[in-house]
Amino acid sequence: MTGKRSYAYYEGCSLEGTAAAYDASVRLVMESLGVGLEEPPDWSCCGSTPAHATDHLLAAALAARNLAIVEGMGSNTLVTPCPSCLSALKKAHGRMAKNRVFKEEVNGLLDTPYQCTVAAKSALQVIYEDIGLEEVARPVTTALAGLRVAPYYGCILNRPPALACFDDPENPVSMDLILKAVGVDVVDFAFKVECCGAAFGVPKAEMVHRLTAKVLDMALDAGANCIAVACPLCQQNLDLRQGQVNAALGTSYHIPVFYFSQIMGLAYGYSPGQLGIDKLIVSADALIGTRGPVEKSSAAAEAGKKEAV
Amino acid sequence: MGAINPAVNREGDFMAEVGKESGENPLLCYQCGNCTAGCPYTEFFDYPVHRIMRLIQVGQRETVLTSKAIWLCASCETCTTRCPCEIDVAHIMDTLRAMSLREGKCAEKDVRTFYDAFLASLQRHGRIYELGILMRYNLLSRHVFADADLGPKVMAKGLIRFLPTNIKGRDEVAGIFRKYAEKRK
Repeated sequence: MTGKRSYAYYEGCSLEGTAAAYDASVRLVMESLGVGLEEPPDWSCCGSTPAHATDHLLAAALAARNLAIVEGMGSNTLVTPCPSCLSALKKAHGRMAKNRVFKEEVNGLLDTPYQCTVAAKSALQVIYEDIGLEEVARPVTTALAGLRVAPYYGCILNRPPALACFDDPENPVSMDLILKAVGVDVVDFAFKVECCGAAFGVPKAEMVHRLTAKVLDMALDAGANCIAVACPLCQQNLDLRQGQVNAALGTSYHIPVFYFSQIMGLAYGYSPGQLGIDKLIVSADALIGTRGPVEKSSAAAEAGKKEAV
Repeated sequence: MGAINPAVNREGDFMAEVGKESGENPLLCYQCGNCTAGCPYTEFFDYPVHRIMRLIQVGQRETVLTSKAIWLCASCETCTTRCPCEIDVAHIMDTLRAMSLREGKCAEKDVRTFYDAFLASLQRHGRIYELGILMRYNLLSRHVFADADLGPKVMAKGLIRFLPTNIKGRDEVAGIFRKYAEKRK
């Protein structure tokens, strides 16, 4: 690796609240990978679904305020763990870059205009593309023999392809390969990109219960004993609402739902407490209880190299 | 779902209106149904998404803007990803929500109440405050006990914050809302 990589890091509101464990685990993993993260000063909410379901001008302005702050930091790449933030930031940038009239309209709502120089990437994308599987395998100290993971990407992390420009929109593999590179057993999972119910958890719980149940069911069907996610809403729906799903549909799911960064962190030797794994509603204690030290990470690094070819 | 006769009841040039506001061309849709085949929400919709596209083409303004479907769409982008005509269908659904909202035609009040609670929190603090949004939603939607069952779980795990983050630039954020409202007047 040449020099230390550094990115503007937009954590987003969820990662300040219910998804604090995602934030903690991403920061630790990035540290292990030698990546510097700098928080844009006084960032604000991206607007997420409620803003774009209201008006595109409002949505773009709420997102672009943050992009302008990143420009002010002298940075041209922003990394965010949250797919909803990612989508809002990329859409605002894309529409402003493509349409000068719209750009002027949006900038008319901002104190500091956005010049359209910032590329937003997901934390998953940075780890997969910028750092690469060989580097990802290097810090591994711990074997996670008990885990059989269904990698769940969610609906908007790599879709639509023209916007996301990352991985495959129907059968993404980046998370699969990252988890394999840290030595974890990954299953073939058909529901990688099916929607879990997204932001409807509060106003339309019955919809979320039905959609979430399908994802949980397919993960079990694939032989997984846990799920890895890259989205705070996916995590909330699959984990926090798993009890609601069981109560509403008469099912008895009991499957832990990790952030992918928590699994990476375990493999890198961080404790469950540091990674917020003790905050999972469906306990993962039994699964991670079987972990132990690995011989220097050469085996995992080899696996990573092979998969990358 | 009422009977629709495309030969009559055309309400202005709705397709051109949607085309202009979305920047997409709804006429490119040839009704292959790929969007509906992949839509995870179609079982909950009153009109499946390919039919929304057809209703736009035949100028059924009122039917579309008062549909539940446009508000039950989660913007999961499956339709946009799979459209063989490369129509950004999810963006059209978004555009229809904006039109429906402006004209006071939203047929899914709870969804809108949740979005409004979210935006109110953002406008006030600069960032959203999850507990505040839930409490405001429960009050305004009169679903007072929505997600009350989750309370003990999130508290036991220390997942919920009891105070919002107020950013320094919250006046600037409130200014975005104010200037936007003036512009849309």
